[in-house]
Amino acid sequence: MAVSSTQVSVHVKINGQEITKECEVRTLLAYFLREQLGLTGVHVGCDTTSCGACTVLLDGKTAIKSCTVFAPQVDGHELLTVEGLGEADHLHPIQQAFWDCHALQCGYCTPGMELAVLALLQRNPNPTDEEIRFGLSGNLCRCTGYKNIVKAVHQAAEIMNHPSTSQSVTL
Amino acid sequence: MAIAEEPTGHVMGHAMKRKEDPRFITGQGRYLDDIVLPRMLYMAIVHSPYAHARIKSIDASAALQLPGVHLVLTGADLDQMGLGWMPTMAGDREMTLAVGKVLYQYQEVAVVLAESRALAEDAAQLVEVEYEPLPVIVDPFESMKPDAPVLREDREQKDNHVFHWEVGDRTATEQLLRSCDVVVRQKVRFQRIHPAPLEPCGCIADFNKATGRLTLYMTSQAPHAHRTVFSMVTGIPEQNIHIISPDVGGGFGNKVPIYPGYVAAIVASLKLGRPVKWVETRTENLTETAFARDYHMEAELGATKDGVVQALKVKTIADHGAFDAAADPSKFPAGLFSICTGSYDFPNAFAEVDAFYTNKTPGGIAYRCSFRVTEASYLIERTMDVLADELGMDPAELRLKNFVPPEKFPYHSALGWTYDSGRYAETLKKALERFDYTKRRQEQDERRRKGELVGIGLSTFTEVVGAGPSQTFDIMGIKMFDSAEIRVHPTGSAIVRAGTRHQGQGHETTWAQIVGEELGLDPQNILVEEGDTDTAPYGLGTYASRSTPTAGAAIAMAARRIREKAQKIAAYLLEVSEEDLEWRDQKFQVRGVPSKAVTMQEIAFAAYTNLPEGMEPGLEATYYYDPPNLTFPNGAYLCQVSIDKGTGEVKVEKFLAVDDCGNVINPMIVEGQIHGGLTEGFAIAFMQEIVYDEDGNHLATNFSDYLVPTAWEAPDWETDRTVTPSPHHPIGAKGVGESPNVGSPAAFVNAVIDALSPLGIRHIDMPLTREKIWRALREHGIEE
Repeated sequence: MAVSSTQVSVHVKINGQEITKECEVRTLLAYFLREQLGLTGVHVGCDTTSCGACTVLLDGKTAIKSCTVFAPQVDGHELLTVEGLGEADHLHPIQQAFWDCHALQCGYCTPGMELAVLALLQRNPNPTDEEIRFGLSGNLCRCTGYKNIVKAVHQAAEIMNHPSTSQSVTL
Repeated sequence: MAIAEEPTGHVMGHAMKRKEDPRFITGQGRYLDDIVLPRMLYMAIVHSPYAHARIKSIDASAALQLPGVHLVLTGADLDQMGLGWMPTMAGDREMTLAVGKVLYQYQEVAVVLAESRALAEDAAQLVEVEYEPLPVIVDPFESMKPDAPVLREDREQKDNHVFHWEVGDRTATEQLLRSCDVVVRQKVRFQRIHPAPLEPCGCIADFNKATGRLTLYMTSQAPHAHRTVFSMVTGIPEQNIHIISPDVGGGFGNKVPIYPGYVAAIVASLKLGRPVKWVETRTENLTETAFARDYHMEAELGATKDGVVQALKVKTIADHGAFDAAADPSKFPAGLFSICTGSYDFPNAFAEVDAFYTNKTPGGIAYRCSFRVTEASYLIERTMDVLADELGMDPAELRLKNFVPPEKFPYHSALGWTYDSGRYAETLKKALERFDYTKRRQEQDERRRKGELVGIGLSTFTEVVGAGPSQTFDIMGIKMFDSAEIRVHPTGSAIVRAGTRHQGQGHETTWAQIVGEELGLDPQNILVEEGDTDTAPYGLGTYASRSTPTAGAAIAMAARRIREKAQKIAAYLLEVSEEDLEWRDQKFQVRGVPSKAVTMQEIAFAAYTNLPEGMEPGLEATYYYDPPNLTFPNGAYLCQVSIDKGTGEVKVEKFLAVDDCGNVINPMIVEGQIHGGLTEGFAIAFMQEIVYDEDGNHLATNFSDYLVPTAWEAPDWETDRTVTPSPHHPIGAKGVGESPNVGSPAAFVNAVIDALSPLGIRHIDMPLTREKIWRALREHGIEE
């Protein structure tokens, strides 16, 4: 087994900010975000692309699991993590809906789930229950049983489709 | 000065949004792996590829040659320090790191300490271990044979038997069974499963040589108990151990035991004088940390010919793996399995459990379960359906005929429990009505005539939750009470600390609601803090649905202590005698003169500024609550399924859960708990199983092989409730988090078996995978 220490430079736009960082070639994106950039809202739950706790948004539209992408692979791309979605005093409608609908318990899956919801609603602004359940089937939650997550997605869709009805601002 | 706002009214029973959520929805939760300390090292574990083998040699030289690798520790190293073995909660002992031999695949053999996570993993692969494989036993029925190889050579007892436990009157039960009109016998397996919370286990051990203190950040459901155990095991004085359990990403019992990784990280930090982080991979979580269930049960149930139950006899063989690391109260090696008579009025019963060692991961934890209650509940609810089938009686009618009637409470069960309260028939009738049971049975008949496989299943379970009382319940000698401390600040806000540690249950909200209700304060101004052993009062932690029955009660009682003092201050402020005051509309008011009143805010301010002469200043209280009894929540669950004859796929067409957990603190949170527990129950019934092959290879090492439901598989849930308060709990509440997981597996399986019953099928063991059902259909002549 070879131990690699080859360093590369990765340039990405994360949550609107341009960043250039050196990292080992083999650095997984999840750890690059968590350990080098302090974006600890990106969680790791499985290492095998199964749980989705590490989901981030690539180039504004594609939900990817950052535990199975090498950091150098996103060189030149744009990423959104939960830290860029909204803040406590300025929640994104998806975050607001998760809170309103009790769509989280331990909170570990929540950031990844919210970004998967954003990707889903960008593809399909008015999903049915079935489309929501299928659309989120790459993200595991062990606490909620998903029913309230489905409810939250409907609320978020409603507000994102009619932004004037809410004080929250969509991205 | 900002005076806290008064609440608008009662806060108990309201669906208040959770106070902890803003940090979680914005990614600002602080979980174990988010914490980084200066000069921190990372620990990786070397695992055994064999299920049973002697260790001939360990060569760590190549690993130690890598720049940035600081230390490799083996079982022999720890053994020299007296730490090669550690006590388990069940009174057994287990290897910290393998000493001399390995007893299960993935067992921890050595640990490597390095400057980075990746480097530690690289170095772990360079540790060369030479093994001599030994015969493997993965089946407790093989393990019990007299000529089976003895797995635990360290024990004086030279066989694989762990313990025998029994309860009830064997002779009377057997006699009664012989005289019953009808006796049904059913073997039921509750498969080995794993809680798999989304956040794996981990810790940061930070020993500071200058202060002599060990700070241990740890994914812990029971930080105080863990502090005491670490002190006893390592000899570090208890005041010098500070455990911080930060935000915990789910537990479900997985984070109750002490695992070898924690102890190895502590030893490494002691040796190196640097913080050491260890975080499991998912594979490590599923293979090394404790499993749940693995009970092979057999029930004999006797009844009269018109369906009145008479006697129940249960024999169970338990597979405990390589060490008995079950997380049960010390005097209960089979947990609270004696709740197996369920909701039914059995004149006589007897239950016994024999446990055996095998070459599998140790454990026996209470996965979303109050200590083997899930096994017991599944067994009785399954067996009641077998009896209904034998008698040709509707399973709902059979249950209604045999429920413990309301007038018999407090009810003394044949196996020694005193059930506190319940109105079982009312709960079931509400469920039957809302489910439209009679109509659905008619529709089932029609669909069956068309050739469809449609089933309806019931489960009318009774849970037992909230350990203590401390006279009976202890963990390694530590009594199972719980505690709370409330400090009301001068401006009428407060901080509450409890000995519990939530992992998603919503304590930061519900504890604030209890205090808000008891003291007339706004829950928004009440901060709840748990998980720090330096600041919180001593408690036994959060698992087994015990938080509300124990700490929830302690909070109410501490608040009432504060109210007693507040009444004295109120009398002084209003210039009346204490007896002239009443607590009404969340104020102290002079009897009959509502205009003459003081609020808790005013009293709180006076407690620091304007006290009666001679009174001790301040407004705070601590309460250690030792419950007089456990609480007994119950429920009636109804499930309708249809089965695809071509694929064996089961579709849950409807599921209704009617729960009775006594008085409800926050209905939104209770409902959320029920949704989550039902989904785990669904997973257990249809998907989750830890499987080993005959060589002891673990075959469920990740989420591709250990299947947990996504939103796509999870059914939709309907919930409702009846409210029968606990008569002995200060706010009449019972635990609830586990009820749906305890009660639902039987409802799913009963529905599937009901669908298959026209084919003569009476039982199939969980998980009811498509393949298993497809095979059963083919065996019974269905080819479609």
